[in-house]
Amino acid sequence: MEFILLIKGLIILTIFALSLGIAAYETYFERVIAAYIQDRVGPDRAGPFGILQPLADAGKLFFKEDFIPTLADKGLFIIGPGIAMLTALMSSAVIPFGDTLLIKGQYIPVQGMDVNIGILWVFGIVSLGVYGILIGGWASNNKYSLYGAIRAASQNISYELAMGITLLSVIVVTGSLSIRTIVGLQHGIDWNIFYQPVGFLIFVTCSLAECNRTPFDLPESENELVAGYHTEYGSMKLGLYLFSEYVNMFISSAIIASLFLGAYNYPGMDFVHSFLTGKLGESFGHNLATVLGILVYILKIFFFIFVFMWVRWTLPRFKYDQLMNMAWKWMMPLSIVNLIIVAAAELSPYPLLFNYIGLAIFAFLYFGSRTVYNNKKSKL
Amino acid sequence: MHFLEIIKNLSLVQWAFYFLSILTLYGALGTILSKNPIHSVIYLVVTFFSISGIYIMLNAQFLAAVNVIVYAGAIMVLFLFVLMFLNLKEESTEMKTSPMLIAAVSTGLLLGLILIATIRKAEITRVNYNDFDPNTGLIETLGMVLYKNYMLPFELVSVLFLVAMSGAILLGKREKGESHF
Amino acid sequence: MQLTNRSKKTDKSDLSVLEKTYFPGVAKGMAITLKHFFSKKATIRYPEEKRYLGPVFRGHHILKRDEAGRERCTACGLCAVACPAEAISMVAAERVKGEEHLYREEKYAANYEVNMLRCIFCGLCEEACPKQAVYLRHDKFVPVFTSRDQVIYGKDQLVEDMDNRYTRDAWTKEDMQELWEKQK
Repeated sequence: MEFILLIKGLIILTIFALSLGIAAYETYFERVIAAYIQDRVGPDRAGPFGILQPLADAGKLFFKEDFIPTLADKGLFIIGPGIAMLTALMSSAVIPFGDTLLIKGQYIPVQGMDVNIGILWVFGIVSLGVYGILIGGWASNNKYSLYGAIRAASQNISYELAMGITLLSVIVVTGSLSIRTIVGLQHGIDWNIFYQPVGFLIFVTCSLAECNRTPFDLPESENELVAGYHTEYGSMKLGLYLFSEYVNMFISSAIIASLFLGAYNYPGMDFVHSFLTGKLGESFGHNLATVLGILVYILKIFFFIFVFMWVRWTLPRFKYDQLMNMAWKWMMPLSIVNLIIVAAAELSPYPLLFNYIGLAIFAFLYFGSRTVYNNKKSKL
Repeated sequence: MHFLEIIKNLSLVQWAFYFLSILTLYGALGTILSKNPIHSVIYLVVTFFSISGIYIMLNAQFLAAVNVIVYAGAIMVLFLFVLMFLNLKEESTEMKTSPMLIAAVSTGLLLGLILIATIRKAEITRVNYNDFDPNTGLIETLGMVLYKNYMLPFELVSVLFLVAMSGAILLGKREKGESHF
Repeated sequence: MQLTNRSKKTDKSDLSVLEKTYFPGVAKGMAITLKHFFSKKATIRYPEEKRYLGPVFRGHHILKRDEAGRERCTACGLCAVACPAEAISMVAAERVKGEEHLYREEKYAANYEVNMLRCIFCGLCEEACPKQAVYLRHDKFVPVFTSRDQVIYGKDQLVEDMDNRYTRDAWTKEDMQELWEKQK
C-alpha cells in the first residue's frame, strides 16, 4: 500500500512537471510555428535552435518591475493570476496519460486520479477558469481591463454550453463520465471522431474559445483594448496569465485527444502488447507497451497544440457579434442536432452507419430548405 | 487542555471536514459583511467551492461537480458580470435609514430562529455504517433514482425550465418602436 | 475614375449557406499557411550569414593605394569640401626624397581623419576624389562605438592593407550601369 502510494505520488509529480514543462515549451513552439508560417525562422539564439528561449523569457519576466496600480484592488489584483494558474493546472489531475503500469504484480493506472466524474471535473474547473481573468480585469481598475474581463466572461459562458452538449453526446455513446472509461471504449482505432465528426469540430472550436485563443481572443484584442484583461499587469503576474493560457491549451488538447482520438489507443496496440509481453516478459513488456501508448498520446496532444497555433496564425479575430452569433445561432443548435443524431444512432444496430445517415439527412434537410427559401426570396 | 486533546485526536477526514466547514463559514460571513459587492460574489464562490468539497467528502461526486459547474462556474460568473457593469462609486442609500435596518435585522433573526427550531426538531436518520451503500452519491445511482422513481417530477421540472427560458427570451426581446441602445 | 488596371472588384454579395459556416474559408486559409510553413525561409542569420549588398554599397572608408603600394591621396581637400557633414579633415605634407615608394603624388596627406559620428555615408567624398583615393567599402561596416575615442578614424584604420587589397566589381556608377546591362 505504501509502495503504491509512492508510485502514485511519483506519477502525479510527473504529470504536474509534464504539464508545466510542455506549457513552457509551448511558448517556444508558438514563436517558432508563427515564424515558420510567416517564412521566418523564429528564436534561435538562446542555446541550440533557441531551445533555452522559455528560460530566457521567464528570467526576463522575473526581473521586471512588479507594478500594482494605486487604485487597483490590491488583494484581488494579486490573486487573479494565481487563480488563473491554479485552475489551469488543476484539470490535468484526471487526464489518463497512459494505460496501467505493472509493478510488483499490481496494475497502477498512469493518471492523477480516476474519479467517477472525471469529465465533469474538467468541465467544472474550466468554467472556474474565467474567474482568474474576471478578477484580474476588474481589480486592475482600468476600463480596458474591465472590457477584456467582461468579454472573457460572456464568451466563456456562451461557448461552454455548446461544449457541454457536445460532451453529452460523447457521454451518451460511452455511458460513463470517467475519462478512463471513455478512453478505454475507443480501443484500437475505434475512435469517437469517426462516430461524431460534427461533435469533434464543435468541440475543437469551443475549446479554442475557452482558451481565449485566436480567432476568439477578444478578451486581449490589442487593437481595441490595449492588452485586454492584463493591460495593467507586468512582471511574473503577467507571466502567470500568459503561462496559464498555454497550460489551458495543453489541457484542452489532451481532453480533445482523449475524448475524440482515443488518447493512448492506436491501431495495432493489441498486437504490440502481445508481442512485447511475449518477447520481454509479462511485467516489462506490459510497461513498455504502456510507455508506447503514452508517447502516442503525447504525439496526439502535440498535434492538437500545433493545430491551435496553426489556427492562431491563420485566422483573423472574429467581431464580437460574429462571435456571439456563432455561439448561439450555429454552435448551440448544431450541437443539439448532433446530440439527437448520436443518441438515435446509438439505439440503432449500426451506430457508425446510422450516424452518417443521420448527418446526411440533416444536411440535406437544412441545405435543401435554405435553397428553397433563398429561391423564394429572390423571386419576390 | 481538553480542547487541545480533541484537536490532537482528530482524524484526517475530520481535519478536512473542519477545514472545509470553516472555509464555508468564512466565505458566507464574507459575503454578507464585505462592503464591496464584487468581494461578496467572490466570497460566495469560495463558499460554493468549499460546499462542493463537503459533497465530495460525502461521496456525492456528481453533486459536487454540478455545484461547481452551475453555481460557481455559471451563475456567479453572471452575477459578477452584471455587477461589473454597475457604477459602484455611488453608495446605495437603501440600507441607510433605520426603519429599513431594523426590519432587515428582525427578518433575518426570525428566519434564523425558524431554521434553528426546525433543525432541532427534525429527525435525523442515522446511517448504519454496515449496510450503507457507498455508491449512493454516485451518478449511476442518482440517474437510476431520477429516471425511475422520480421520472414525472424530473420531466416536469425540465418543462418548467424550458418555459422559463422561453419566457426570458420573450421578455428580453426588443419590441417594435422600442428605443435601440 | 479608374487610375490603374490593378484594382480588383470585391465580391459584396451575401454569403451562401456553406460560406456562412466559415468552413470553406477557414480551410482555404489553413492550406495557405501550411504551404508557407514548409516553404523556404527568407531569414538570413545575420552575423553568421551575410548577404551580398552589391558593389556600390557604402560602408567603411578606405584610402586606396596604387599597384606599387603607394598612397594615391594627394591631400587636395576636395573630399572635405564635398562632405555635407564635415566629417573629413586632413593635414597635407610635402613628399621628401626617398619617400617615392610611399606616396604617388608630390603632396600627400600626413594626417587624414574621418569622424564616424558625423559621417552619413553619402559617398560624396568618393565622387569628389580626383585621384581615385577615397572609397567606401561595400563589404565592411563601421563597427559599433563603445566610447568616444573610437569615433575618429585615422590613417591607421583607413589606408588600404596591401596584403588584403580591396576590390569590387564596379568602381564607378558607369561601371555599375554596365554591370547591370550585362546582367540583364
